[in-house]
Amino acid sequence: MAEQALRKAPLGGFHGGSAVAHVTAAGPASRLSLRAGADAVSALSKALGLDLPTRPKTSASSDGRHALWLGPDEWLLIDENGADLAALAAKADVLHSAVDVSHRNTAVLVSGTKAAVAIASASPHDLSPAVFPVGACARTVLGKIEVVIFRTGEQDFRVECWRSFAPYAFGLLAEGAEDAGL
Amino acid sequence: MLLIYCPYCEEERSELEFRHGGDAHIARPTNIADITDEEFAEFFFLRDNPKGLIFERWRHIHGCGRFFNAARDTVSDKFYASYKAGEPKPDLSAVHPATEKTVETYEATEGTAK
Repeated sequence: MAEQALRKAPLGGFHGGSAVAHVTAAGPASRLSLRAGADAVSALSKALGLDLPTRPKTSASSDGRHALWLGPDEWLLIDENGADLAALAAKADVLHSAVDVSHRNTAVLVSGTKAAVAIASASPHDLSPAVFPVGACARTVLGKIEVVIFRTGEQDFRVECWRSFAPYAFGLLAEGAEDAGL
Repeated sequence: MLLIYCPYCEEERSELEFRHGGDAHIARPTNIADITDEEFAEFFFLRDNPKGLIFERWRHIHGCGRFFNAARDTVSDKFYASYKAGEPKPDLSAVHPATEKTVETYEATEGTAK
């Protein structure tokens, strides 16, 4: 038998949802947990190729790379093309902390006319378009776990959760999606 | 469900995202090595537990992760104000009446009962 490490998708084989809210596992992406003071934001923005947002609940996106505001000095960076974000951040010669969390997180994509309803079945966060428009993001709770919700479109959400909690998150969202379709 | 205003996220969020952090504005003695055990116990363990207005630390642990301070009524659970850590206590005399002095202990209410 060949001695080879195979990548195992945390949500491989999971499927669920309903006609009004599709729940699918997101593909692999590289992710970075970035922390830096206000004086380092412009240099890091230049190194990463997008403007790090400094307002609560906002994000910046360009070419499949997203920077999500999580706290006053904290961001979650996601690159769907698998770029080495830590190496990019290291090019900025300013004080910052960057931890690669590509394999710590995974994501569930929820989309459809009642995607917000499916998520709201387990999360207290207000997802109405007036306060959570396209591009908004927030760290919050989903059932008993912590997630980052990112609105990528009018009817599309990306729910980032920790890998070991992924089956729990997927199950809750799939059930919420089924209830939303009743 | 309580809604708590986070001064860093600048909006009200569900209480599920927060964790309580004890009394606010507890100043650590600068001469901590010199004080007696009794004085240390006073600083470290003893809290007022008032009925009415209390200033507390809260942490938005499942949100922005920040500690902040909030003024809450221990009877009604109403939050009067929340403000960033390090800021002074806000003046709440306009929105909250003076704290009731009476403490309804058994001794106070039934002290003369035979």
